[in-house]
Amino acid sequence: MDPVPSSVRLTVREAVHTLSSSEDGGCIFSTLGSLKRYLGGTENPALPGEQEEFARVHFSAVLRCLVSKLNPDWLGLLPNGQLEELWASFFLEGPADQAFLVLMEALEDTPGPSFRLMKMARLLARFLKAGRMAAVMEGQCRQQAELAFPLLQEALLIKVVGLPDRLGNCLQHENLAEFFPQNYFPLLGEEAVRVLQAVVDSLRGGLDCSVSFVSQVVGKACVYGRQKEILGVLVPRLTALTQGSCLWQRVCWRLVECVPDRAMEAVLTGLVETAPGPQVLARLLGNLVLKSKKARFVMTQKLLFLQYRYTTPVLQSLLGYLAMDSQRRPLLALKELMETWGSSSAIRHAPLAQQCYVSKAVLICLAHLGDAELQDSRDELLASLMAGVKCRLDSSLPAVRRLGMVVAEVASARIHPEGPPLKFQYEEDELSCEMLALATPQPAADSPSEAGPPVAPVAAEAPDKQTVEGGVPQVRPQGSDSELDSDDEFVPYDMSGDQELKSGKVPMYVRDCVEALTTSEDWERWEAALRALEGLVVRSPAATREVSVELAQVLLHLEEKTSVAGFEGLRQRALVAVTITDPARVAEYLTSQFYAINYSLRQRMDILDVLALAAQELSRPGRFRRTSQCGSPGPTCPPSCTVAPTWRAVVDERIRRKTRRFSKGSSRQGPAGSPNEFNSVAGYFFFPLIQGFDRPLVTFDLLGDDQLVLGRLAHTLGALMYLAVNTTVAVSMGKALLEFVWALRFHGDTYVRRGLLSAVSSVLLSVPAERLLEDLPDELLEARSWLADVAEKDPDEDCRMLAVKALLLLEKLKDKLLPLSPP
Amino acid sequence: MVFGWFPPSPSAEVAAAPPSMAAPPDPQFVLRGTQSAVHALHFWGGAQEQGHQLLLSGSLSGLVHIWSLQTRRAIATLDGHGGQCVIWLQTLPQGQQLLSQGRDLKLCLWDLAEGRNAVVDSVGLESVGFCRGSILARGQQRWMLAVPGGGSDEIQILEMPSKTSVCTLKPEADAKPGMPMCLELWQTDSSPRPCLLAGYEDGSVALWDVSERKVCSRIACHTEPVMGLDFDSQKARGVSGSAEKALAVWSLDEQQALQVRGKHELTNPGISDVKIRPDRKILATAGWDHRVRVFHWRTMKPLAVLAFHSAVVHCVAFAADGLLAAGSRDHRISIWSLYPRS
Repeated sequence: MDPVPSSVRLTVREAVHTLSSSEDGGCIFSTLGSLKRYLGGTENPALPGEQEEFARVHFSAVLRCLVSKLNPDWLGLLPNGQLEELWASFFLEGPADQAFLVLMEALEDTPGPSFRLMKMARLLARFLKAGRMAAVMEGQCRQQAELAFPLLQEALLIKVVGLPDRLGNCLQHENLAEFFPQNYFPLLGEEAVRVLQAVVDSLRGGLDCSVSFVSQVVGKACVYGRQKEILGVLVPRLTALTQGSCLWQRVCWRLVECVPDRAMEAVLTGLVETAPGPQVLARLLGNLVLKSKKARFVMTQKLLFLQYRYTTPVLQSLLGYLAMDSQRRPLLALKELMETWGSSSAIRHAPLAQQCYVSKAVLICLAHLGDAELQDSRDELLASLMAGVKCRLDSSLPAVRRLGMVVAEVASARIHPEGPPLKFQYEEDELSCEMLALATPQPAADSPSEAGPPVAPVAAEAPDKQTVEGGVPQVRPQGSDSELDSDDEFVPYDMSGDQELKSGKVPMYVRDCVEALTTSEDWERWEAALRALEGLVVRSPAATREVSVELAQVLLHLEEKTSVAGFEGLRQRALVAVTITDPARVAEYLTSQFYAINYSLRQRMDILDVLALAAQELSRPGRFRRTSQCGSPGPTCPPSCTVAPTWRAVVDERIRRKTRRFSKGSSRQGPAGSPNEFNSVAGYFFFPLIQGFDRPLVTFDLLGDDQLVLGRLAHTLGALMYLAVNTTVAVSMGKALLEFVWALRFHGDTYVRRGLLSAVSSVLLSVPAERLLEDLPDELLEARSWLADVAEKDPDEDCRMLAVKALLLLEKLKDKLLPLSPP
Repeated sequence: MVFGWFPPSPSAEVAAAPPSMAAPPDPQFVLRGTQSAVHALHFWGGAQEQGHQLLLSGSLSGLVHIWSLQTRRAIATLDGHGGQCVIWLQTLPQGQQLLSQGRDLKLCLWDLAEGRNAVVDSVGLESVGFCRGSILARGQQRWMLAVPGGGSDEIQILEMPSKTSVCTLKPEADAKPGMPMCLELWQTDSSPRPCLLAGYEDGSVALWDVSERKVCSRIACHTEPVMGLDFDSQKARGVSGSAEKALAVWSLDEQQALQVRGKHELTNPGISDVKIRPDRKILATAGWDHRVRVFHWRTMKPLAVLAFHSAVVHCVAFAADGLLAAGSRDHRISIWSLYPRS
């Protein structure tokens, strides 16, 4: 036992006794005043030794005692809230860490809405507002490492970062706005900057300091998912402060280095997302990736290969950061990126968004790397590139193919600059434009946000406009004569019908067309025959039926020998017209040709398209009325017939006026019911197609390389199934289609799977519910489990969506049947 | 004989024009019944006492039909060219006389007064080409006639009605412009000297001073034969159409020199006739592409494309009141009323 109990201890003991027992306001006030001396800042402060002892040993006890006395009566002992002010000053002016801990502790111990709780919450709000949080953190920074008390630090850390959650729990609906995370974390960020400022100042003064507590606070806040709030404040401030100050930069590097490993990923992703460009990122991070293994893993692996949610600018600043320094440059993992890009399994299993992400990363890397660096690993890069291009061009998804083309064009130009440039034909869309823009190296501006708004182009534009306006009077056409006749009375008529005249060799009969298409060397006649064919077929069905199969054969083998505008459409429409006119025989022919040898994929897909379109036309209700009304569609009609509607309206109006009707009400007829014409011929369309898919030919292997056609086949079968609604063959078609789907359900190609899923949906839509349950219960069960599986696990988003839709249809089916089951 | 016009059967095709633009106009009416291709058209004020306009048409079968625009029927048929195509019709300002040029190498002068229709005179021609003649009549008893001459590149000028040959206009030996294809005689008010504009087979247009018998100016307007030309003597500006895909506009300056002012591309090649409306506001072309095109004469802005005929349009004509007629190989004559004169 210390023989000389210090005067401080005695004073404190006495004061605590007075506080706990006295009811006299004046006495309490003077007692508190005497204690306040130990905090310094009054007129006659205590000796520094005493102050220090009070702060270290007795302060918490005093505070706890003060907290325990808090109630309205006690505060009311002196008028004008003098006592409250004095009471609060102990928390606000005393050592911040202890005050904070005692406050938090008391808040959590105080039961639900009460005077004391609210008082303390307000006090804590004042505490925050007064910037005491910086003092809390600063205190931890100033402590020498060996003196730091890890348990206390840990407790403090948890309380500092967890403050919004804890207060939310304590105060429930009474919570104050200051404690909301969206307000608290930005404040914490500000305070962190102040602490860092203090650290920098003391470093300048030659004092040792540690930033590790701030690092821990930032790290923990980021782990809590508050990157945006805290880094949104911290990063801009640090960006400004680190500019041109080495000390600040070093403090900043240290700050990131000291982040514990488990928080490193959260902090780094936050920083990469918030930093406005690679230069800023480099200033903030320094060579962190070389020093910390965890950081290197996050930056070079996780952000590039495992995640893909970041935007292109984030990717650019990440890769730009890696490329900026010669030491970091080897980490720019183009080879790995290229390998991932070229791996066929990655292409098959990665979602499209991730493929885009990796492609963008490849392009950005290419823009950063110099030719010499590329030459070193040229062979490996080329090999991966070629593998990736091949796999992507084989894909049946247009977006994937386009991705392959864009990357191939750019990458081959960089990797193999001396060779002939690779050039693909693809439609430019937003993505491809963005990717092409990535391939050009960024200008070395410090960062886009620091460059300020682009003022220059606007200024440059303005005089331009003026000169244009000034030039107008000169451009005004000088009339050849001064005659003042205005052109207003000469309003031009519509001249859009003024097209080039085709020569008048249009065949008048279907047979003539066939002859012209097969034998004619006169290309104008050939083209005229092709253009006239659809109209002729529609107008003369009897004549068409005589030559239908022959005509279909001719059309199927027709090649575009001259560049006829809209050749594909003309040929397809003619084929569809022939198929509609004589469905059974032509469909039989076409389906047999689908599995015959010596056809191109294009022709086979044409067959599928024609069958689907013809089926659609046949199954359309009321198609007779339409065909009888319009004799010849489109091109053969003289333009003057455009007046027809007005003429018709005039006649109708006249009839209406002259006719007396006895019944009121709607005179419009509803659509007349007519049988589905597809009913009798659906089998010709469907069954031959579905039968031969698993028999490979020499030139045509649906289950092998020709998966594009397989996907199209699945879609077509689904469409035919859907169009066969209300027909008698629908049930057996549905059964066959479900078997087909079952056989192919694990196909690797996305397009095929999409086709299968839509086929399942059309079975559910077209086959009557009762028949489904009676005839196909097992198939339905199997399909259901497969759909559930796809809906959860398929890498393609569209597939998942289609599966969910099919599942919904199944559910609806169940709902429809359930009311029947109970008697 | 059918008259009036019935629209074709309605169709699914609907005009895809922007709402601001009016749909192309329809003919006011159509005259049918020539039973052969129409090659010449001419509006005639007709007998003054009757007070209504007549339209004269010449056909491939050698007949000249006289149509009443009121009843829209043919009121008379003149047969004077032995079944050979009538390529030019022109009435004389005084008397009620009609000139018709046929490919039977005859130019007939008809007396149409008081319902008569007899050939009162005829001039033998020496050219079997399609070149139409031209007259210059200034209210006197005598008038001047230009027709293609005997030599393949000659033009003959005759004094009428005496039929005396005034001169033969023959290009210089080294010019070789080919056959004359169309002729236009005119005379300015200020100068007594008659001029002749001739379009030639090589695509050039030449201005002849008839009294001096020399070419004042010649310009190459087209690369194909000139098929038709018309001249606006007030503005000293003319337009010509040829077998090629463009219209040429040219002008005449004070030094009697022709200058090409501009070429106007067409959608399809081939113009068989060009006429400027008497009020010099618009002009119409007869196209091989079955269409009649209407342009604003001052600015040459396209105004309308009249697509009614189903075969080559051979000739167009304007009436004094602005009515437009077009004759085609499809045996029909369409009558249009566009941009009526205010």
